[in-house]
Amino acid sequence: MSAPVLTPGPVAGAAPSGRAGRRGLPASGAGLLALVVGLLSLVPLAVVVQALATTPWATTRALVLRPRTLELLTNTAALVGGAVTLSLVLGVGAAWLVTRTDLPASRFWHAALVAPLAVPAFVSAYAWSSVLPTADGYDGALLVTTLAYAPLVYVPVAAALRGLDPAQAEVASALGLSPAAAFRRVTLPQLRPALLGGALLVALHLVAEFGALALLRFPTLSTAVYDQFRSSFSGPASTSMAAVLVVVSLVLLGGELGLQGRGRYAAVGRGATRPVAPVRLGARRVPALLALTALVAASVLVPLVVIGRWWLDGSSSSVDPGLLLGTAASSLGLGLVAALVVVLAAVPVAWLAVRRPGPLSVLVERLTFLGTGLPGIVVALSLVTVGLRVVPGLYQSPVMLVAAYGVLFLPRAVVSLTAGLKQLPPVVEEAAATLGLRPLSVLRRVVLPALAPAAGAGAALVFLGASTELTATLLLSPLGTRTLATEFWSHSSAVEYGAAAPYAALLVLLCAPAAWLVARGGNDATRRLP
Amino acid sequence: MLRRRAVLAAIGASALAATLAACGSTTGEAAGGAAATDGAGASGSIVVYNAQHEDLVQELVDGFTKQTGIQVTLRNGDDAELGNQLVQEGSASPADVFLTENSPSMDLVAGAGLFAPVSSTASDAVPAAYRPSTGTWTGWAARATVFAYNPSKVSSGQLPASLLDLAQPQWKGRFGIAAGGADFQAIVSAVLSLEGEAATQQWLTGLKANAKVYQGNTAIMKAVNAGELDAGVIYHYYWAKDRAESGANSSSVELHYFGKQDPGAFLSVSGAGVLKSAKNPAAAQKFVEFLTSKAGQEILANSSALEYPIASDVAPGPKLKPIADLQAPTVDVAGLNGKQVVSMMQQAGLI
Repeated sequence: MSAPVLTPGPVAGAAPSGRAGRRGLPASGAGLLALVVGLLSLVPLAVVVQALATTPWATTRALVLRPRTLELLTNTAALVGGAVTLSLVLGVGAAWLVTRTDLPASRFWHAALVAPLAVPAFVSAYAWSSVLPTADGYDGALLVTTLAYAPLVYVPVAAALRGLDPAQAEVASALGLSPAAAFRRVTLPQLRPALLGGALLVALHLVAEFGALALLRFPTLSTAVYDQFRSSFSGPASTSMAAVLVVVSLVLLGGELGLQGRGRYAAVGRGATRPVAPVRLGARRVPALLALTALVAASVLVPLVVIGRWWLDGSSSSVDPGLLLGTAASSLGLGLVAALVVVLAAVPVAWLAVRRPGPLSVLVERLTFLGTGLPGIVVALSLVTVGLRVVPGLYQSPVMLVAAYGVLFLPRAVVSLTAGLKQLPPVVEEAAATLGLRPLSVLRRVVLPALAPAAGAGAALVFLGASTELTATLLLSPLGTRTLATEFWSHSSAVEYGAAAPYAALLVLLCAPAAWLVARGGNDATRRLP
Repeated sequence: MLRRRAVLAAIGASALAATLAACGSTTGEAAGGAAATDGAGASGSIVVYNAQHEDLVQELVDGFTKQTGIQVTLRNGDDAELGNQLVQEGSASPADVFLTENSPSMDLVAGAGLFAPVSSTASDAVPAAYRPSTGTWTGWAARATVFAYNPSKVSSGQLPASLLDLAQPQWKGRFGIAAGGADFQAIVSAVLSLEGEAATQQWLTGLKANAKVYQGNTAIMKAVNAGELDAGVIYHYYWAKDRAESGANSSSVELHYFGKQDPGAFLSVSGAGVLKSAKNPAAAQKFVEFLTSKAGQEILANSSALEYPIASDVAPGPKLKPIADLQAPTVDVAGLNGKQVVSMMQQAGLI
């Protein structure tokens, strides 16, 4: 079975191993580490709360309870509802076609469906708005964000479909259910963790999305926070808006936790990777191929073609190659460092979630998830505050920026590692411990090597996030450091679309290998333990 | 096992190397070759928090470095964002100089007592109208407010006589503003200083009902050009710059100047100031002096940015309407209250 790369949240019923407690890794140490990591994710929230606490209640109330807040809440809810629904339909449909049918060139389609991960939403937004100038407001935002974030549903669902034991669906068919009914009544319920996890990720990304929505003129809570920050930095207006945004994220996180339910998903035996007999599409092959082609064209081809066109006929595309390469090096370096640091920080959190499921592990995991729900600008500004007051030596150093990426993208790594760790029976750790290995050696020689593919996928996701991050990077990047994302942004907001194009092109190029790693993560066959 | 470890080590090493390389590549890498024609008493490097258009400032920085040998590192952002960041950073700020597009953020930083007085060499070159009497900062460029319209949608007879007319029902849904940005907020601050609080609040309420909110001046101009909007409130140079380039975003856009000392004829002044906490005050003052000097103003006048030079008697490029013909209202550049404007715009629900 493959690692469901993106399934977040504690998969209910990952059978806790009762005997692992005394052997393997020291729970207290891991728990402590995990708690520290989780608490770091709380820093931005704490800064927001502290700011709220020091603001007169009347001021906050006047700012929160105004018609504008309702307008923004409605917009945010409408976008989340629409884009999550569409992402689920597209993600599940595409995943079923690629993994369960005799669709030609399924490996190509898999890669093409993951490819949008390499096209930042704000690049796609500009491309679409130049093709369809009328696609602004809700319709444009719905189109662009759905195309950009549907892979977040597709990847875990495809991985889960590959890993499912076909026996149950076969039994259902044998009992007389049509393939569609078998899918609805047997397969779909088994996909619930992947579906909910993907939906939660899409929702949290939408709540925090800024660049694309700003370009498409669809004001949400997140763009409003940015406007407040632009207008008054971290005054009461910004913090009260940020607080509303945090509440929305908390509601989403709590809702997903509630929906995951306490249902038990029997752990699928690792031996059951019997190939599934693919569904014959027959006459349905043509519409299926057409639908996938349209999806890939809209999410990948349109942005790429538009970038190419700007580059060729932009009136301001005289790019200094040295600057371009230096900027690319910044993006690459920051992305790699962030990926390395974040994956390491995610290890104790994932280990705790899988090996010691309980109130503490759920708490820590949910704490780390908060980061995704906070817009980059909130995280960045809270770190500016902390940097100035607590660790002035680190202020405006790369450390701060990597810390922001950590808060924002830790969940991606936690999710991947959690999924990977579930594939590693605790008995392996115990055996290593029994053979006299010290806990840290168990980690180094057994756990980490076995986790490498999951860690790779997690690192790729963090890299994608960090190299396309915009708002936190604008605020926290060390003096003189520019990234492809910030350069693209500054050019595209200044009539210089030609000059912006090379940065967008390089950004997509830079992200392509990481997106490919993510795609491959879903392809992993059963790994042999070292 | 071994191979994997080697790969991981290689990735780690290359990541570190790339980061170090990235952090070493600063932006102000103009060749500091033949230094110091008149950089006497000032050398080394400075950090500039820059909210003005990057390309323009980079041109000025290159000229400055060529003349003095002083290296400049830019940190780019928006007016209010960087202004407020300076206020939060206080004396811990790494910045030596602050440059804005508009005056309100200069007043914000000046109000926090963070500016050292600008040298008289710098401010004497600037007419009194374009700098605060306190001498805490100086203007160094200006931009004119314009009503950009699509002639196929708005006939010359329908043009508004005053910026305040845009709150009237006939303009509902027809024009764009960039409410979230410092540019438009500076225009509102001019309305506030000229018309008073009650009238301005009423006007903002009308704008909330009538205006479509865009992210920036460019986006507005493009929408007017494409006929999605009939008109918009922007600054002159977005249009001038695009016309000078290819006209792709402005071929169907014309400019209407309100004139007659209307709030809509507001000339917004870009500011430059030296921070009290500057690590290199001598070089920081030199930079501001360069901005208002003939050499700096000529770079501004001849650049593709097409903003107005306002110091050392340098005339704007031939493509621009002369400043005297703008009939701009008299506004105290030191009295533009950005904070109050923001809270009034929040009250109106524009941001």
